[in-house]
Amino acid sequence: MERAALPRRLTWQLAKVVELRDETPRVRSIVLESPHWPGHRPGQHVDVRLTAEDGYQAQRSYSLASAPEDDHQLLTVERLEDGEVSPYLTDELRPGDELELRGPIGGYFVWEESMGGPLLLVAGGSGVVPFRAMLRHRVAAAWDYVPVRLLYSSRSLDDVIYREELEQLDVEVVLTLTRRRPAAWMGYRRRVDETMLRDVAWPPEEEPLVYVCGPTPFVELAAGTLVTLGHDPARIKTERFGPTGGR
Amino acid sequence: MSPISRGFHGRRRDEADPARVPPGQYVTDDFPVLSAGPTPHHPIDWWSFTIQGAVDEPVSWTWDELRALPSETVTVDIHCVTKWSKLDTTWTGVSLDTLLDGIDTTAEYVTAFSDGGYTTNLPLDDVRDGKAWVAYEYEGEPLEPEHGGPARLLVPHLYFWKSAKWVRGLELRQDDEPGFWETYGYHNYGDPWKEQRYQGD
Repeated sequence: MERAALPRRLTWQLAKVVELRDETPRVRSIVLESPHWPGHRPGQHVDVRLTAEDGYQAQRSYSLASAPEDDHQLLTVERLEDGEVSPYLTDELRPGDELELRGPIGGYFVWEESMGGPLLLVAGGSGVVPFRAMLRHRVAAAWDYVPVRLLYSSRSLDDVIYREELEQLDVEVVLTLTRRRPAAWMGYRRRVDETMLRDVAWPPEEEPLVYVCGPTPFVELAAGTLVTLGHDPARIKTERFGPTGGR
Repeated sequence: MSPISRGFHGRRRDEADPARVPPGQYVTDDFPVLSAGPTPHHPIDWWSFTIQGAVDEPVSWTWDELRALPSETVTVDIHCVTKWSKLDTTWTGVSLDTLLDGIDTTAEYVTAFSDGGYTTNLPLDDVRDGKAWVAYEYEGEPLEPEHGGPARLLVPHLYFWKSAKWVRGLELRQDDEPGFWETYGYHNYGDPWKEQRYQGD
């Protein structure tokens, strides 16, 4: 596994909520203005800290959905019914509020042109969030000659995050809808499996660089199946989240 | 001083003893999985655990040899840098005191290494005197691969990334070499009670 340069100390900073966008019925994006944002690499995440009136604090990690080139930082948060932080971020937060942020964090689940391609992104649900940062960066930095495919598993078409935007990002998107489909749906209609990965992924001989992000069982299955198909485990980067993982 | 988050009340867990939950952590009942790559699956007769580096001769144990060593069952609290803590987790494995017994070394640090290329660094003193184990059972069952099975390091007094999954050995070193997450900006030591999450904390 490669090594990265050592970053400087991370301090908490205040970011202002500029806008909130509904992405799906359960997912909301938070547009943030952070005057001293140190910059980030696509795929990194931040810690968010909330403070109650009595001083009680809660922290969670969220992937950055914005590209380094974007004017604002964007977090996209899925509301977890029994969550402590996500319902606050999706339901309570208003434009003008301030959020404490610390980051960027993580340097492994990152894609930049120097890392090459072809690039296979495999997302389960809100696992698509860090991929938005990578895809926007690829376009903004004019690295769109790196071929990229996104295999995106979603419960239904209404649950697809960034649906319109994905169409504009010059990326080959393969959707699979696991629970509900429009009547005329011609695409995949099942969970990601070996046949689907064999059909969608570049063959192992082409050595695609693979990123898998989603709920733990999804990532275990997708990453494990890609290894079974002959892909080099060292070229498969994963990010997992659980029901309480918070991101 | 943090500003108040308007309208945030939090959902404290009254049943959790605050003295057992480090700052910035919350208690969970599930066991989230965080790994940088695919979960390795290898036949167990491939497996060995090796202590190498600043030693006269590397020492290795096969799976059967490790399982034949005296085991300990411990109940400990674990703390992940991604903010969850899990209380009263029960593990069975071999104490590193047992594995390091009789090994003569001038090393002050260890780098644990794992299947898949993962590494993490610790001071040697932090894996001695009943503080660390090579654990192969969780709650009385064989450790599942996604949680680090067949065996993982267990160093519960540090953030859980130090408890390397799929561990295959220790490299004893005179100098301190940052491991995988330590190189990506995570704290070199990782004491949850001092909230040493990232470099400089």
